[in-house]
Amino acid sequence: METIIELQDIHKTYRMGDIAVPVLKGVSMSVARGELVALMGASGSGKSTLMNILGCLDRADSGIYRLDGQETAHLSSDQRAAIRNRKLGFVFQSFNLLPRTSALDNVAMPLTYTAGHLTEREARGRAAEMLARVGLQDRMDHEPSRLSGGQQQRVAIARALINRPPVLLADEPTGNLDSRTSEEVLAMFQELNGREGITIIMVTHDPQVARHAQRVVHIHDGLIVQPSGAGDESTGPPASEPES
Amino acid sequence: MKVYRTFRTALKGLLRNPMRAMLTTLGIVIGVAAVIAMMEIGAGSSAAIRKSIAGMGANVLDVRPGAASSGGITFGAGTTTTLTPEDGEAILKECPAVRNVAPLVHTRTQVVYGSRNWVPTFIYGTTPAYLDVQNWTIGEGAMFTDRDVANANKVCVLGQTLVRELFQGQDPIGREIRIKNVSFRVVGVLGRKGANMMGMDQDDIILAPWSTIKYRVTGSSLEDTNQSAASSSDSSVNTLNNLYPGKQPALYPERSATQAADNPMPVRFANIDHLRVTARSTAAIPAAIEQMTRVLRERHRIHGEEPDDFSIRDMTQMMNTLSSTTTMMTNLLLSVAMISLVVGGVGIMNIMLVSVTERTREIGLRMAVGARAGDILRQFIVEAVVLCLVGGALGIVLGHGGSLLVRMLLRWPVETSPAAIAAAVLVSAGVGMIFGFYPAWKASRLDPIEALRYE
Repeated sequence: METIIELQDIHKTYRMGDIAVPVLKGVSMSVARGELVALMGASGSGKSTLMNILGCLDRADSGIYRLDGQETAHLSSDQRAAIRNRKLGFVFQSFNLLPRTSALDNVAMPLTYTAGHLTEREARGRAAEMLARVGLQDRMDHEPSRLSGGQQQRVAIARALINRPPVLLADEPTGNLDSRTSEEVLAMFQELNGREGITIIMVTHDPQVARHAQRVVHIHDGLIVQPSGAGDESTGPPASEPES
Repeated sequence: MKVYRTFRTALKGLLRNPMRAMLTTLGIVIGVAAVIAMMEIGAGSSAAIRKSIAGMGANVLDVRPGAASSGGITFGAGTTTTLTPEDGEAILKECPAVRNVAPLVHTRTQVVYGSRNWVPTFIYGTTPAYLDVQNWTIGEGAMFTDRDVANANKVCVLGQTLVRELFQGQDPIGREIRIKNVSFRVVGVLGRKGANMMGMDQDDIILAPWSTIKYRVTGSSLEDTNQSAASSSDSSVNTLNNLYPGKQPALYPERSATQAADNPMPVRFANIDHLRVTARSTAAIPAAIEQMTRVLRERHRIHGEEPDDFSIRDMTQMMNTLSSTTTMMTNLLLSVAMISLVVGGVGIMNIMLVSVTERTREIGLRMAVGARAGDILRQFIVEAVVLCLVGGALGIVLGHGGSLLVRMLLRWPVETSPAAIAAAVLVSAGVGMIFGFYPAWKASRLDPIEALRYE
């Protein structure tokens, strides 16, 4: 299967004054296109840092990160912004919707930064299509304050998908939701993953949530401990896999 | 497309908190309104001053005869008798920079109509050209003619004040008034002109042909034109003569009574008190002075280094003083208004900084979905500029409305100034750009990870 994300020996150290705090100590992993992976770990294990690196929000100190065949270590911040826009979708624990802005405008927001070629009407049409896909076609002009948590998270998912990215990164997507709406959101992830082949990586500390993934990657103290798969992944270092 | 979208994003960002946006821009509204109102009222009053000076005759030059002197004793300005109406005609003919010339003879004496009497401030003997020179119009009736001047006809034109004082609202046209016991027929009434810059009532005036005033009213002869000389020769009144023997030597041998009776010599020496000249334009004034000096020196046979026997005065200095005063006042008020614009800009910067802090998560999110630092910078600058432009537009409406109100209620002259409006728009956009830059730059420098985590 085609590898979409490949990490090799990623190191990341934060400096708190004079003290160097190593957070990632040589993480290597790979994710195939169309996988649904859960990233688990206790707080402080480095999973958020790993997520930031995966999301091109942060750069590793050393190591190689290939996203969709593209090496990202040398990219400038503007180039990384472009990659985030086109290849990655973000779903956050706290939804991060713009307040006092309609669901439709929230979903269309990322288009402001890329889709210069789209007219206003096309952009709104695409946003409406995305909202319909997450089942919110009758809530388009509602502001976030008038939506439930599950609905807000679905708006956020629609926003993440508006640029049709191959990879969706979800940081504790169900952390602020009750179990029933969590199930809804996770079902939606599974559907997106199954039907549209979108690669999804979600960070969670809840085994119930991780159960929905095809594969669970555990991270502990800046290292991947026992990559255990529900799928067909090999457990060895991914560097041995052939490039596609 | 992109610009439009940026503007839309900015506008939406602002409309999420409309009350705050309005209060933020209030400083700009007030600043721009003050600038517009100041500019309009200032332009209006300086236009009014220019108009009133033009009404007095902005390009008017006065030619006065110089001081006569005899044996080291001068008799003061205007005592030479060399300036004649013919000088005026020559100036009109030979000086291209001169538009019109009116000779003036003045006197001050009692005017009587029926049982009422009045001493007008000005009794001017002149020609019909006076109206053109002074930029004046006839209100009723007609001006006397050049033929009246040539025949020394006893006709006159009255100012509004005289009509009020002598006629008390009756129609004066065709009536006879007496000036120093000479009766004059009133042929016209001048339009109202009001006070001049010295506060003198310009309507307190009688105009008559200069020849009539000269020969029939003042009846001045060579002997009493020069009053100092005349009085000094009158030993019975001025006892100082005994102390200072200043008597002028007679030019001609004194005539005996018999000679005078046999050969009467009515003095018809047609000197005038001054010439009032109007130049073609304000710019032509120096040329007019130069040309007139040349013509008059030639006509008066003044050679080489000899001093002029006349003097030319113009009003440009007075006009410059007055208009520079209003310009200064306008600029002063304008700078105060500018200060309020700057204060408004600081207010905008303040609120934009608050807004950037408050919207840190939004900025982080926008960066996460692919906004570059430049996009964030642009968004916040455009927000500030939009705020300022909206404030500027409101300010223009408010300022213009204010100046219209001033015109209606206080009857101040006001002049709409498109330049001020354009400047206000540019300045408010500039203020937005300058004071919006720092908060926007701060926003664009945020780290997306930190910003997303910000509580």
